[in-house]
Amino acid sequence: MIKLKLQSLHKRDSELAQSNRQLEILSNGIFKIGKLPKFRDKIAGDGHLTLRPKKLEILQINLGYMCNQVCEHCHVDAGPDRKEIMTRETMKQCLNIIRNTGAHTLDLTGGAPEMNPDFRWFVDEASKAGIADFIVRSNLTIIRANKKYHDLPEFFKNHNVHVISSMPHYTRGKTDKQRGEGVFDKSIKALQDLNAIGYGLSGSSLRLDLVYNPTGAFLPGNQESLEKDFKKALSEDFDIQFHNLFAITNLPIARFLDYLIASENYEDYMTSLVEAYNPTAVENVMCTNTISISWDGWIYDCDFNQMLDLKVDSKVKHISNYNEELLNDRDIIISQHCYGCTAGAGSSCQGKVT
Amino acid sequence: MANSYYDPADLRKFGDITEWSEELGTKFFDYYGKVFEEGALTAREKSLIALAVAHTEQCPYCIDAYTKDTLQRGITKEQMMEAIHVGAAIKSGATLVHGVMMMNKVNKLDG
Repeated sequence: MIKLKLQSLHKRDSELAQSNRQLEILSNGIFKIGKLPKFRDKIAGDGHLTLRPKKLEILQINLGYMCNQVCEHCHVDAGPDRKEIMTRETMKQCLNIIRNTGAHTLDLTGGAPEMNPDFRWFVDEASKAGIADFIVRSNLTIIRANKKYHDLPEFFKNHNVHVISSMPHYTRGKTDKQRGEGVFDKSIKALQDLNAIGYGLSGSSLRLDLVYNPTGAFLPGNQESLEKDFKKALSEDFDIQFHNLFAITNLPIARFLDYLIASENYEDYMTSLVEAYNPTAVENVMCTNTISISWDGWIYDCDFNQMLDLKVDSKVKHISNYNEELLNDRDIIISQHCYGCTAGAGSSCQGKVT
Repeated sequence: MANSYYDPADLRKFGDITEWSEELGTKFFDYYGKVFEEGALTAREKSLIALAVAHTEQCPYCIDAYTKDTLQRGITKEQMMEAIHVGAAIKSGATLVHGVMMMNKVNKLDG
């Protein structure tokens, strides 16, 4: 049983549940008085007056904000108390897009996407579209949460799904601190279940990647070094194998923003992000090759803009009038949270970008 | 003037020392950067050594910098504390081993 640490910002009626309030915080204070440059000015210094999409490669679809966990730093503000779930009608509209997209990767996320009652139907239908890389972002513990989810590894295998799972650390203490008591043990068991049917094994085509994000107000270290440490520890301690580790920076929005403010780390963290700004990362930020679709069919430049309710700056704002060519001709909406994707080696849902 | 000899914000100005002695400052930072690259020791091991030395030197800037650096490398608080104990053990050992000098002197003067 996972012991939940907290409730979502929405459930708590926190002012940070409002995206406008978050954007206000990100534009005021140190950025307003000029102590730190705004993201727009920073990239302009490198010759980017606007940020524009390149070729669309990844279609990321959020199936809902409901989750069996309430992780301390969740940028979605997901949890069991979130009721936003994609309907089968919206899924049907998404399927039309999936069948006709030029993107080579389909990336299903949440919340815990598996909690959507139509999840299996949707995966079944979507897998027929022949997308090269079909990702499901699974939090692992869902596989052990309830008997009805125990066969998920087999289900994933039958649909050749690429599983990407969060694992903030290879030690119990650090993982449970961020994701809730009991998460580590359940995650280990789920990883063993996935390994048992071939996921993550060396040479296996059943892809299993892990996502690392820092447990506190600091940036991720070198992705390759972390991957080496994770592989060694998980193999020695639990006989677990996986393919790659993606190191992701925590973006200062939603519950992580709440944590930064409450722990009085906000200004230092934003300063660290700005100081670690890497112009090369700007060239490859994920919003230039990804679009994000919300549970109710709205379109965003990325998952973070979705959570800040910053819909794309395009005539095509909703999947009901989806047009990939038109959509690709737009300026990407930016704010100070974007520094999270350009710090150090850069950060995206697929890890570093440089 | 600040009310304290140490200001956390000064850590970010460390690079400014080059402004008043460009050649030496640049040489120092080149050397510093090279030292912390992966070599016969991993960058992770070097970070833990730096954290331990930061404490034996009692340098607040270094403690600030290398606590963050070790965290970024995924090092646990237990490993960090053990590294500091290594520094503390050497520091206290270095004090105590001088007790032999005292014993030698006592034995000579009053043995």
